[in-house]
Amino acid sequence: MTDNKLHEEKHFEEMIAEENICVEENLVYDRPKTLIDIPMHYCPGCGHGVAHRLIAEVIDELGIQDKTIGVAPVGCSVFAYNYLDIDMTEAAHGRASAVATGIKRMLPDKYVFSYQGDGDLAAIGTGETIHTCNRGENILIVFINNGIYGMTGGQMAPTTLVGMKSTTSPEGRIPEMMGNPLKITELIAQLPGVYYCARVAVNTPNNVRKAKKAILKGFQYQDHKKGLSFVEVVSNCPSNWKMTPVEANKWLEENMLPYYPLGELKVPENQGGK
Amino acid sequence: MKKELRLMKGNEALAEAAIRAGCDGYFGYPITPQSEVLEYLSKEAYKRTGMIVLQAESEVASINMVYGAAGTGKKIIISSSSPGISLMQEGISYIACAELPCLIVNVMRGGPGLGTIQPSQGDYFQAVKGGGHGDYKLIVLAPSTVQEMVDFVPLSFELAFKYRNPVMILADGALGQMMEKVELFEPIPRKTNIEEWATVGKPKNRERNIITSLHIEPDKMEEINRKLQAKYREIEKNEVRYEMINCDDADVIIVAFGLVARISSKAAELARPKGLKVGVFRPITLYPFPYDKLNELADNVKGMLVTEMNAGQMLEDVKLAVNGKTEVNFYGRMGGVVPSPEEILTQLEEKFSGELV
Repeated sequence: MTDNKLHEEKHFEEMIAEENICVEENLVYDRPKTLIDIPMHYCPGCGHGVAHRLIAEVIDELGIQDKTIGVAPVGCSVFAYNYLDIDMTEAAHGRASAVATGIKRMLPDKYVFSYQGDGDLAAIGTGETIHTCNRGENILIVFINNGIYGMTGGQMAPTTLVGMKSTTSPEGRIPEMMGNPLKITELIAQLPGVYYCARVAVNTPNNVRKAKKAILKGFQYQDHKKGLSFVEVVSNCPSNWKMTPVEANKWLEENMLPYYPLGELKVPENQGGK
Repeated sequence: MKKELRLMKGNEALAEAAIRAGCDGYFGYPITPQSEVLEYLSKEAYKRTGMIVLQAESEVASINMVYGAAGTGKKIIISSSSPGISLMQEGISYIACAELPCLIVNVMRGGPGLGTIQPSQGDYFQAVKGGGHGDYKLIVLAPSTVQEMVDFVPLSFELAFKYRNPVMILADGALGQMMEKVELFEPIPRKTNIEEWATVGKPKNRERNIITSLHIEPDKMEEINRKLQAKYREIEKNEVRYEMINCDDADVIIVAFGLVARISSKAAELARPKGLKVGVFRPITLYPFPYDKLNELADNVKGMLVTEMNAGQMLEDVKLAVNGKTEVNFYGRMGGVVPSPEEILTQLEEKFSGELV
């Protein structure tokens, strides 16, 4: 090895040394202040972590940590309050939007959101969901749809796709026996109390960016006091789908998104709003 | 100050008291025989004090709105009648575990099931023994007059905030519907202070507040239970309330709560000229129950008669209280039937005349 080559190698080693890389000017991505620095209980590859992070980023960017109250559901995200450094309430199964209603009615100038899974929002809590939306409560509902009950171990959800296997549809969902997957976001979008309604996903970087924009709007629109914002996040469940995280995100793209197409279903502009 | 007297229905008087007590929010759903509470508040509350009144889509939703709203540290009230209160039990259990103050009003009707809209006391067990899942207690106040429908509202809030515990006013359809003269108290301004535990948005100078009833580690959950039980012992020590009518020289004591205590007083009055020295013991707090006082009274009487508009629910607590010291009889009417003083008098004569002669 020549001296020159040795020198180059040494230079390269210095370049990739941790103390030389982890410097302030190289920092392009950091933990949002509102996201608490503890290990999450979510499974590897789960979309909840991404969705939590997006909420934390938005709260930081809007500077509303001291004005935000969150409502956690029953389901995998029952512990959402362990990860977000804001005041939070843990609701009974399905009732998060009613709890959020109670909070917002008492504190109309604060930012209130509920964070709910598909079983919580679209099965046991359907009544509360529809009526909270229809009353036009000035809150944000973040709806995580991964087509399965995660916490209880992979049972069929209202959003489980036709043919999709779960522990309670072991041969795949059969509509004649088990009903059809519920597109609740399409129902919600029609309600006059809903100001903004979007379906996003967290399976690719591009979709994550779009998801963040929708969540951001959901918080910002609370200032308009013109109705409810509803953001469905199509997510995954590698553990209960019995796939690797990579396979799960691919499966989501190929199976979930054709049935649950992404996009903004209702925007304020179309209602003469701003 | 000049007294403000009015002739009011029990339900309306309670609603008026809620406004005057400085309530911040009411969440309810119509059900007979208590819908006047929601109606009266819908008409009066917001324009007078800015109190929020919201008709929910169900009792299940309404109690969860209460859970959220009470978590902001405000004064929150909810009312319903028996089947509606049954629907709320899960939410009440959450509220009790999360230690949120609020006032729940049950204007009882006859059951079980859809039952009848006529008055009953069939929800005693549900109110005082828990109702929902898990070991928890509500402070339960039983009014016997429209005046108490008024007076117990500010008292309930005082107790609810003192102990961070839900309080229930356990009335019945007759108390809700009947009109009586009431003296109204001076309005109390709405709260402006922020409770340190409330979820109102986390300022920089404190840790985040979390309202939850979820403690997945058994040791932690047991610790929470111990804390609740310690609070309940404190409530039992401090908050027992009862009324005694002519018990001093009584040979027989009728034990009755709410409206039935008034009917029983009339029966006791009718018994005296017949040579039966009858007194009435009226528990005002059904939880905490006046066990000790009843036990003490049991030493000096020949027997007790428990009268209720149910099949014998408070009866069990009276038996526990006297612990075999004296004979405890029972007379109850069910399904929305209100007993008359004469009926109760007949019971007294049948059960006790022989022994007392």
